[in-house]
Amino acid sequence: MESTLEQKLGHDTTLIEADSIVIRFSGDSGDGMQLTGSQFTDTAAFLGNDLSTFPEYPSEIRAPMGTVAGVSGFQVHFGCKEIFTPGDEYDVVVAMNAAALKVDLPRLKKGGVIIINTAGFDKKNLGLAGFADGVNPLEDGSLDNYIVYKIDVTKHTKDCLASSGLGMKEIERSKNMFVLGVLFWMFDVTMDFTIDFINEKFAKKPEIALANINTLKAGWSYGDHTEIFNTRYKVAPAHLPKGVYRNISGNHATALGLVAAAELSGLPLFLGSYPITPATDILHELSKYKTSNVKTLQAEDEIAGICSAIGASYAGSLAVTTTSGPGMSLKAEAMGLAAILEIPLVIVNVQRGGPSTGLPTKTEQSDLMQAMFGRHGECPLPIVAAASPADCFNTVVEAARIAVEHMTPVICLTDGYIGNGSEPWRFPAAADLKPFKAVFTTENNNPGGAFLPYKRDEKLVRPWVKPGTKGLTHRIGGLEKQDGTGNVSHDPINHEIMTNLRAAKIEKIADYIPLAKPDSGDDNGKIVVLGWGSTSGAIKTAVRELIAEGYDVAHVHLRHMNPFPKNLGELLSAYEHILIPEMNCGQLVQLIRAKYLLPAVGYSKVQGLPFTTSELKNKILEIIK
Amino acid sequence: MTTIAEQEVTPKLVAKDFASSMEVKWCPGCGDYSILKQVQTVLPDFGIPKEDLVFISGIGCGARFTYYMDAYGMHSIHGRAAAIASGVKGANPDLSVWVISGDGDALSIGGNHFIHLMRKNFDVNYLVFNNQIYGLTKGQYSPTSEKGKVSKSSPYGSVEEPFNPSELALGAKSSFVARSMDRDPKHLQMVLKRAHEHKGTSFVEIYQNCAVFNDGAFFAYSDKETKKEKALFVEQGKPLIFGNTEDKGIKLDGVTPVIVNLKDDGVSVNDLWIHDEQDKTKAHILASFFDTLYNGVEFPRPFGVFYSEDRPTYEVEMQNQIDNQIARKGKTSLDKILSGDKTWTIL
Repeated sequence: MESTLEQKLGHDTTLIEADSIVIRFSGDSGDGMQLTGSQFTDTAAFLGNDLSTFPEYPSEIRAPMGTVAGVSGFQVHFGCKEIFTPGDEYDVVVAMNAAALKVDLPRLKKGGVIIINTAGFDKKNLGLAGFADGVNPLEDGSLDNYIVYKIDVTKHTKDCLASSGLGMKEIERSKNMFVLGVLFWMFDVTMDFTIDFINEKFAKKPEIALANINTLKAGWSYGDHTEIFNTRYKVAPAHLPKGVYRNISGNHATALGLVAAAELSGLPLFLGSYPITPATDILHELSKYKTSNVKTLQAEDEIAGICSAIGASYAGSLAVTTTSGPGMSLKAEAMGLAAILEIPLVIVNVQRGGPSTGLPTKTEQSDLMQAMFGRHGECPLPIVAAASPADCFNTVVEAARIAVEHMTPVICLTDGYIGNGSEPWRFPAAADLKPFKAVFTTENNNPGGAFLPYKRDEKLVRPWVKPGTKGLTHRIGGLEKQDGTGNVSHDPINHEIMTNLRAAKIEKIADYIPLAKPDSGDDNGKIVVLGWGSTSGAIKTAVRELIAEGYDVAHVHLRHMNPFPKNLGELLSAYEHILIPEMNCGQLVQLIRAKYLLPAVGYSKVQGLPFTTSELKNKILEIIK
Repeated sequence: MTTIAEQEVTPKLVAKDFASSMEVKWCPGCGDYSILKQVQTVLPDFGIPKEDLVFISGIGCGARFTYYMDAYGMHSIHGRAAAIASGVKGANPDLSVWVISGDGDALSIGGNHFIHLMRKNFDVNYLVFNNQIYGLTKGQYSPTSEKGKVSKSSPYGSVEEPFNPSELALGAKSSFVARSMDRDPKHLQMVLKRAHEHKGTSFVEIYQNCAVFNDGAFFAYSDKETKKEKALFVEQGKPLIFGNTEDKGIKLDGVTPVIVNLKDDGVSVNDLWIHDEQDKTKAHILASFFDTLYNGVEFPRPFGVFYSEDRPTYEVEMQNQIDNQIARKGKTSLDKILSGDKTWTIL
C-alpha cells in the first residue's frame, strides 16, 4: 500500500480534497455498525484528523431485524480543521438495509454518497422497513440526487469466506468488515490499525481473525478493482496542538477523571453503582482498575448504590455513585442525607430523555432543575456540567475537588450524547494535574470539651473524621443537628441557622471557582449565546462561523451550574441579547432570569438529539437581524 | 489501630465506657433498654477499641440506639442502613460494623437491602429489633405482625401474612442466623457474642417488647409460667428438649419434625434431633417453627443460633481481587491509565 495516489486511483476516479467529512454507518443492531464506525474513527484519529463521534442505537439490544426501530447508527465527523460536533448532515451514508436508508436519508446532503448493501433491499427487507408493496428506493428514481453505490456486501463476503471453513453465521457477521474495507479505500486510509485491532481481539480465535482481515482486504480490493466508484476523498491531517493524543468517550473520561481525582486527593476510590443506560460504561470501566486500588460495588439498586457510597465516604474514601435520570430520582432521599451529614460524595448523572423510562438511549439536558431542587427540604448542592467527551475528565475532577474541599455531595451532569460520543484528547500528564489532598481531623477541635463535628472553618466547612480515629468518637445522622456539637436538635432557631449555614457553605464555593468569560467573541456586544453541558460543540461551531461571517456574537459556556461564577450576571448584562439553547424546555433560562432578572431567551430542543450548528445559526440570526 | 504494646497498658473498658452522654429517651418498659444494656455489657469482652466500632441505624425507635453508644455512628435514613454499612465495611474492613434495625426498617422499606446484604456476606452484625409493630409512627401493623392484627391502620385486622425473619434470612443465603429476646439478658449476650465472632453477615433477630403499642407480644417466651412450654433453646450438639419438666423432645421423621414425650415408653433422648448449626436443612426446618402446624401440633418457638456457615466475606474477596491484580501486574501509574494503550502524536 505504498503506491502513490495516482497509481492507487487506478481507473477514472475523481479525487476530492475535503476539509471535513461526516460518515453515517447505519444498519441493523446486529450488523456491527458501532464497531465499524469506531474502527474508522480510530484510524482517522491515528492519522491526525480532529473528530467527533455520535453513536446512536435503539434501547432494545436486538430490536426486530430489518425494521426502522432496529436501526443502529454511528456517526463520525473528521477533518483537517477543529471539529466540535458530529456534524449536522452526512456526506456519506452506509446503509446495510432498507430501514437504515429510510432513517438516515433525510440528513444526507444533496449529492452525497450512499453505499448500499443490496442484500438488505430484498422484498422482505423493503417490507420490514415499511416501504409500500412494490416500492424500491433503489429503482424508483428517488435517489437520483445522490451518488449511489450498490454492492451486494452479503454475497461478496460469502464468496470471500467460502473456503474459510466458517459457518454461515460467522460469515454473515464479517460483512461489516467488507464495508469498512471499501470505505478505507474510498478515503485512502490505511487498514493497518484495524488489522492490528482484529489480531488482538481475536488472538485466541485465529480463524475468525483471518476471516475478518480477508473480508476487510476484499472490501479494499473491491473498491480498487471494480470500476463502479468514480470518487475518492482525501482529508488532510488537522492542525491540532502538538502533543500526544488518544481517543476518548465521555463515560471513559469520567472513569479516568475519578481515578485521577482519587490520586490527587490521596483517597482510595469507591464506586457504588447500579447498571443504567447510558451511565453503565463508567461502572464497567472502573471495575477494571483493580491495580489502582479502585473498589466497585454493583449494588442491588440505585438507592444502595448511593448509600454504599455514603458509607464509604464516611469511612474515608473518595466515594462516587453513577447513574442516569431515573436513578437520580431514586437517590434523592440519600442525597439529602449526604447533604445534612456534610460528607464528600460525587454523583454523576449521565442524562437521558425523560420523564420515567423516557428515551433511555437518547440524550437530553432535562435534569438540571432536578439537580438544583430535586430533594425535599432546603437542600442546595453544587453542580458541575461537562461540555464534551474529553471535558468529562476535567469536570468530574472538579466535582471531586469541590466535594473534598467543601465537604459536600456534588452533582456532575453529563449526558448520553457526550457520554457515548468520543473525540481526540490531548491527555494531561499526571504531574500537571493540581492535587487537592484530603485532610482528616485527628485532634480534638475543642480542647477540654467534647469534639465538635460541626465546627466550621472559614469556608464554613466541618471537619472530616474517619471512624478508627482515637478520641474523636461521635455520632452523625439525618436529624437536624445543633450547630457545632452535631447533637440532635429540634430547636426552631437552630434549624434556621443550620439551613442558612448549609446554603451559605454552597454559595461560598463561588469564591473558589473561575470567573465566567467568553469562549468565543467579545465580553460585550449584540448577543451572547449562554450554554451549558453538551451543547458546547454546536454553539462553538455556530458562533465561530457567525463571527467569521462578520456578526457580533459571543459564546459563554458554564461548567459551574451551582453556584454560578460570581461575575456571571455582570457579564451577561453587557450584551443586548442573551440566548440560552438547551436540550430541555428551558431550565437554565429560568434560573438565569430568576437570579439576575435579565431578559434571557430560551431555545429548546427535546428530540433526544443534539442541536445542529445550522439550527443554532438560524436562531441567532433570527434574533439579531 | 492500637498496637499490642498499647493494648497491654490500656485498662480494659467496662460497659459504661460505651455509653454516650446522650440521655436515653425510649418509653418506660421498652425492650430497647435491655438490648442497649446487653450490647454495652458484651462489648468490653470483645477487646475492640471503641473508635473501631461503628453503629449504623436506619429509622425507627430502635434506630436511636446509635446516639446512645460512645462509638462512631450514623443514624441514617429509613431502610438503608444495610447499604450504608456495606460501604463502610467495604471501604475499611478493619472496623467492627453493627447495623441496628427494626422489623419495619429491615423487612419492609429496607427489604431489598436486607436480602442482598445476607447474600453478599459483608462481615457486619445485623440486629433486628422485632416488636411486630410500627412504634415511631404510633401503632400500625408491621411486616412481622401476625395476620389479623388489629392496629391503627388495620382496625378490622390485617389481611397480610407476616414474614418469619429467620426463614427469610436463610432463604437469602445468610451465613449466620440467630434469634434471642430482650427479656433474656444472658441468652442475648451469648447470641451477641456469637454474632461478633462470626465472620460474615450475622443476622440476629431480637424479640423486643413495645410497651405502648404491642405490649406483651413475646412474654410467653420469657414468663416463668409459659416459657418452658413455649420456647425452645437450641445449643450446638445438644438434643432439642423443652417442656415444664424437660419432658418433651423433637425428633425428625425424615424431614418432618415430630414432638415426642420423653416419658412415653420406647422414647429415648438418643432418638432426638441433635442441633447442628452447620446443617442448613435442619436450620430451615427449625426456623419454620413459627406459624406452621405440623400435624395440627404447635411447635415451641426456637431461640439460639440456628445456622452458622464459614464462607468468604465480601470485603475480603473484594480486597483479594485488588491484591491479586497488583501482585500480578504491579500498581498502574496514573500516566499509564491516562494514556491508555493507543495514542498518537501530533508534531
